[in-house]
Amino acid sequence: MNTEYTGVIFMYLATIALAIPLGRYIAKVFKGERTWLDFMAPLERLIFKISGIDPNKEMNWKQQLKAFLTINCLWLFYAFFCLLKQSHLPLNPDANPDQTPDLAFNTAISFITNTNLQDYSGESGATYYTQLFVFTFLHFVSAAAGFAAMMIVFKAMKDKVTDKLGNFWDYFVKGITRILLPISFVVAVILAFNGTPTSYKGKDTVITLQGDTVHVSRGPAAGMIAIKQVGTNGGGWFGANSAHPLENPNYLTNIVEDISIILIPIALVFALGFYLNNKKLSWVIFGVMTTGFLIMAITSINAEVGGSDAIAKLGISQTGGAMEGKEVRFGAAASAYWGVTTTVTSNGSVNAMHDSMMPMSGLAQMFDMMINAFYGGVGVGFMNFYIFIIIAVFISGLMVGRTPEFMGRKIEAREMKIASLIALLHPFLILVTTALAAYTLVHFPNINWAEKPSAWLANPSFHGFSEMLYQFTSSSANNGSGYEGLGDNSIFWNVSAGLVMFIGRFLPIIGPVAIAGILANKKFIPESAGTLKTDTATFGIMILAVIFIVAALSFFPALTLGPIAEHVSIK
Amino acid sequence: MKTYILPSIKITLVLLVLLAGLYPLAIAGIGKFTKGNGDGETVEYKGRVVGYANVGQSFTKDKYFWSRPSAAGYKADASSGSNKGPNNPDYLKDVKARIDTFVKHNPDVKKSDIPAELVTASGSGLDPDLSPAGAKVQAARIAKVRNLTLAQVNKLIDGHTEQPLLGLFGPAKVNVLKLNVALDELGK
Repeated sequence: MNTEYTGVIFMYLATIALAIPLGRYIAKVFKGERTWLDFMAPLERLIFKISGIDPNKEMNWKQQLKAFLTINCLWLFYAFFCLLKQSHLPLNPDANPDQTPDLAFNTAISFITNTNLQDYSGESGATYYTQLFVFTFLHFVSAAAGFAAMMIVFKAMKDKVTDKLGNFWDYFVKGITRILLPISFVVAVILAFNGTPTSYKGKDTVITLQGDTVHVSRGPAAGMIAIKQVGTNGGGWFGANSAHPLENPNYLTNIVEDISIILIPIALVFALGFYLNNKKLSWVIFGVMTTGFLIMAITSINAEVGGSDAIAKLGISQTGGAMEGKEVRFGAAASAYWGVTTTVTSNGSVNAMHDSMMPMSGLAQMFDMMINAFYGGVGVGFMNFYIFIIIAVFISGLMVGRTPEFMGRKIEAREMKIASLIALLHPFLILVTTALAAYTLVHFPNINWAEKPSAWLANPSFHGFSEMLYQFTSSSANNGSGYEGLGDNSIFWNVSAGLVMFIGRFLPIIGPVAIAGILANKKFIPESAGTLKTDTATFGIMILAVIFIVAALSFFPALTLGPIAEHVSIK
Repeated sequence: MKTYILPSIKITLVLLVLLAGLYPLAIAGIGKFTKGNGDGETVEYKGRVVGYANVGQSFTKDKYFWSRPSAAGYKADASSGSNKGPNNPDYLKDVKARIDTFVKHNPDVKKSDIPAELVTASGSGLDPDLSPAGAKVQAARIAKVRNLTLAQVNKLIDGHTEQPLLGLFGPAKVNVLKLNVALDELGK
């Protein structure tokens, strides 16, 4: 069998093999059981002591959200001002300039929201200070914050009639010390031994074998790259992200980095089952997510390995598949697989340029982000899925004439209103802003901005429309990958995508936490013959149907104008 | 809100020290024990550093194996792909021009033997590798320019081909810089 396919199959199977024990471990950590990383406890106590936090104080969902939002506001201001003044801060060996206000606005939001859309290039648009003390830091804490928010929902599902949902700071810190930091450390060491730079030295100047002078950007990149994979962040050290040969030097690092993308998101699905003592529910959720994931992965791998029809017409060999925007050391199959893992999980790192991929891959990637719950981001992926569960419970309850209940609590009008609003927010943000961009481009192509709308797109026709649609889809999904041909470092894109990322992050966290908090406070109804069972395959199919109906109905017209039209027009 | 502001500030400061200060320093410490000491692995020829093993560089002369086209012009401080869509007419013109150039410099090669990677830009603009086919298709040209036999060149390519990981996973590849250094070391 072709080694490109075996590589991809190995990556997926290895991920599952690691995710199940990791899920069990995560559940143990948050049930307070003993684990082999208990030696981190003194470090945690020190963090809490210096911060003046009592990690054992129970908080209700409103207090948790207040803590979550307060610290996020703080990070936003901190990140914004650091980026704005980065040339005056230490650790800038390459003498890179400050970011402009609109770019700093976009970048700060991008990193606190776990999106990591990058309208700058790492080599010239950031300093070692901002790479480490803004980006690496936010990689950890934004993932841990999403993680903590998810733990609130887990706890609310577990306990009967309570408003005590654990302690936000405890979840947050343990998310870092017990999960993100240890895994990142291992990944970073593997990267370092395979050629990713770790030292603080600036650019090197080399005269090549042929006699050209080149400057080679470097830096303490391995640690940052590890957490950007592990925390579903995606914002890389170098401009080309994990396509860059120092950021992702060989096929082994590619396996490690790609597993890191979906490892925690899948582990969290299993963690839920271990945490609630309901493994069947985990398998149902896993089954639904995996079905969606595999459909997308096979679609994209098929398109990329098959190659480009337009290139085939030029009469050359495409045995390696479509190679524009791809690296030889990964090949077409692993590039397509990465493209799907990174978009299903809100990671957004890339090992090949999505803008140059086949239209069917673009369709798969955008669809992944439009659903945003086939595994999903660290913490937030499950919360998006939770919304789909609530809607599915309600609809199937109505269909069979049973009271909609989930985990022993009645789903009523208030929860349904929140769930529907959150489910509709995503298409609203994506479609309205894309329409606005398209309108601006058509009607004001030469408006007096530094970058005129007429210069936004790198590609004409349907593909150009896809560039805009992709950008807002990625922003709203907090993904961060892009069709990088788009001239996105300009005032329109920096500001609009910044706002979309902000709303697309915080409302979909507040909504599920609120629903879970309200439900936890309701009377517990023991399971009876009249209960709609939620841990069955039938219910899994119901969730899948809800997902496809919600997404297909809202996004299909836009997708038709972009990748589908492009695909059909080739033939 | 006030109850949360002070702990937020304090925990942010502590975590900055831990995650942005100590963690990368620890990795840098471990990096000292790697090839290249964490500065990146370099390749030397006649005692001179001629490049980084993992960072592709431009080879356009006929006596060297060409590297892939690069949207970044092999500027290793400005990595980038072309971001051209697969059906962009301007892009397809570029590819066609690259094919014509290749055929001109390699008159013995059939068009249908040119692998796509040799006429398409990589994702990073710094791709250090070619597929074995991408190197072999240039062997006849190299042999002619350097007065070597075709067998000698092919042997060199085979010797520099890195097989898939464990023989099982991923594509085989050839590092263009190392291959060209080996060519120069043949002394012809």
